[in-house]
Amino acid sequence: MIKRLYLPGFLFFMVLIIGLYSVFFYAPVERVQGVVQKIFYIHVPSAWVSYLAFFIVFIASIIFLIGSSPQWDTIAYCSAEVGVIFTTMVLITGPFWGKPIWGTWWSWDPRLTTTLILWLIYLTYLTLRAYGGPGSSRYAAVLGVVGFLDVPLVHVSVKWWRSLHPTPVVINPQGPQLERSMFITLIIMLIAFTILYLLILSIRVAISRLEGEINELKTVSE
Amino acid sequence: MKRIYAIVRKDLIIELRSKEIISTTLLFSLLVLVIFNFTFEPGSQASRELAPGILWVAFSFAGILGLNRSFIYEKDQECLQGILLTPVDRGSLYLGKFFGNIIFLGIVELITLPLFALLFNMEIINVLPSLLLIIFLGTVGFSSVGTLFSAISINTRAREVMLPILLFPISVPVILSSVKATGAILRGSDLSDISSWLKLLAGYDVIFSVLSYLVFEYVIEE
Repeated sequence: MIKRLYLPGFLFFMVLIIGLYSVFFYAPVERVQGVVQKIFYIHVPSAWVSYLAFFIVFIASIIFLIGSSPQWDTIAYCSAEVGVIFTTMVLITGPFWGKPIWGTWWSWDPRLTTTLILWLIYLTYLTLRAYGGPGSSRYAAVLGVVGFLDVPLVHVSVKWWRSLHPTPVVINPQGPQLERSMFITLIIMLIAFTILYLLILSIRVAISRLEGEINELKTVSE
Repeated sequence: MKRIYAIVRKDLIIELRSKEIISTTLLFSLLVLVIFNFTFEPGSQASRELAPGILWVAFSFAGILGLNRSFIYEKDQECLQGILLTPVDRGSLYLGKFFGNIIFLGIVELITLPLFALLFNMEIINVLPSLLLIIFLGTVGFSSVGTLFSAISINTRAREVMLPILLFPISVPVILSSVKATGAILRGSDLSDISSWLKLLAGYDVIFSVLSYLVFEYVIEE
């Protein structure tokens, strides 16, 4: 099992090296924000991976609900775990970037707020799995579907909420016009993080499969 | 249709005899109003600004209590098994419970509203139709997912605690839009000024009623 991951692991390592090289030596230091802006290359890929992970939860949950094959349930569970970790990374790197630039650790900007709610929804998902008792995989799958469809509505509502009370901090909603080298660096890091996600997900799925086997053996030996 | 009515009627008869859900949640929502009132000077500007938020805190907390009861009855006496043995399909069971919850919550809200106006010194008679529309849309949205999650939470080990954890993150759009729309109406805005909030509420109601109806069969165990 682990041997099969050698190649993708090596691939991730190579892309990460190239990505980190680009972050520090290829992409220029941002004129206004300075070196702090480098967090961007971790922050945005983490956000991308969390959305990807929760999308996988959504798809796997639907497939599980229709066909009730435990394999998709495991994928949904593991993907949710990975997604929560990456969302946590977004929420940690965000304030580190925000403090020097906006002058505040936290702002109730629509994207921040949506990410926070997203994080809460999937923490709930993990809580439900942990304390759900028997049948919790079906409940979690239902939450995986409902929660994902809720995200666009959450985003719209917090966007309107903020637009009624504009925040004092200056946030450019269009985002900065990225320079070419910065854009390429971002793409490399996005690829690296996506491979990382797939890697962690497959390791996690393999582990939970082993867990299942061990539990089966335990019941047999008893 | 007849089956849905049978479920609603059954719940109403139980409630008319015991009056448990309505009396306890009503008392609770009044307590919320009174206790939050202590946090600021009576009649101050702050109390008027925060009033819509407090009203919806009262409604949603009371709603959680009411929604929790909705399936606990069925679970405690194994009544759910009985219902599942009757020719009522899962979808009708969901709709029956959903409508019942709207009725219970609606009654509590209709009694709370004048007391809220009294305690917070609000003029609501002129804007009553708009307010009732917002409360109706908000209650439908809150109960739609709430009924689904209520059926999930009674089967988990954490039981009562599970419902608020599940429901609050998902119902952020409902609570946010209801609070904003109520606030605008109480400050004297027209319905047309809050049409975007109303559309969001209505959209949420439709999406999550249909979605909950569709996935409900997966959360009720054989």
